[in-house]
Amino acid sequence: MSVCTSRFDETLAQRLIQLTESGLPLVEDPWTWLAEQLGISVESTLDLLKRLQAEGAIRRIAAVPNHYRLGYRHNGMTVWDVCDEQMPRLGELIGAQPFVSHCYRRPRRADWPYNLFAMVHGRSREEIDSYREHLRFLLGTASRADEMLVSSRILKKTGLRLASPRSSRSWLASEGR
Amino acid sequence: MDELDRQLINRLQRGLPLVRHPWQAVAAELHSTPDELLDRLHLLLEDGVLTRFGPMFDIERLGGAFTLAALAVPESRFEQVAAQLNELPQVAHNYRREHPWNMWFVLACATCADLDRTLAHIHTITGLEVLNLPKEQTYHVGLYFPV
Repeated sequence: MSVCTSRFDETLAQRLIQLTESGLPLVEDPWTWLAEQLGISVESTLDLLKRLQAEGAIRRIAAVPNHYRLGYRHNGMTVWDVCDEQMPRLGELIGAQPFVSHCYRRPRRADWPYNLFAMVHGRSREEIDSYREHLRFLLGTASRADEMLVSSRILKKTGLRLASPRSSRSWLASEGR
Repeated sequence: MDELDRQLINRLQRGLPLVRHPWQAVAAELHSTPDELLDRLHLLLEDGVLTRFGPMFDIERLGGAFTLAALAVPESRFEQVAAQLNELPQVAHNYRREHPWNMWFVLACATCADLDRTLAHIHTITGLEVLNLPKEQTYHVGLYFPV
């Protein structure tokens, strides 16, 4: 839990995860429903949601599309060996591209030279190839080598479960990763 | 899917506004009504175009230990190793990728100690080296699939 979240918020957040496991009810006033379930006022509920969203504990209250159904059948994990000094600036730049869904720095290993990961999604192989080319252009000589690992099969896909054993299932923005 | 469905899908991927009457706000933006939008959202969920509507938690901020890891599995053993991994509750996602490191999976564990144990366990049951690549910095997370 992030350092700025109070113990009170943490307890309510856990309750919120359980209550919305299968989603937010499709009613015109969802905050009143949540407030009744949490046993707090509507104003406190909305304030809680705003705090959790500001801290990043809730990314947003949003629709998650089945991206295959929307035609986004191709994904590539692009990986780059980026010069360490330039990583802070270039990581932000790559992460800001609209076609990049996830962008992380990860460690290099003896048999793995890449430290920047950017996931791209598209409706064709050509589309994701063109995204990779664009990233290559943006990184220029700061990237010594790169590859694109295309996913060819989903072997398992479940929502990430909350770590605590008693709590219910929750979801990270779970996507072609 | 008509134009309003598309607008609704795009709008709701960016998130419901945290205002007192969120559906009225979205309806005003899309020149619709809360009832109409909620009916359409219901149908899109039922149809499977949308898989979920609700708060998206950054579960890693709420405790737990996570990593991205990979194995280089010999083709002859691929199905067997996939089955071994998929049996583990700690394996959240598992993808085949076209690369010598051909099996990529996300581990979600309660604690760092659990994560270390799970990595060691995977090494033991498969006899393969595990490439462990925990994230060190997040630059961006945000799925947006415009339609």
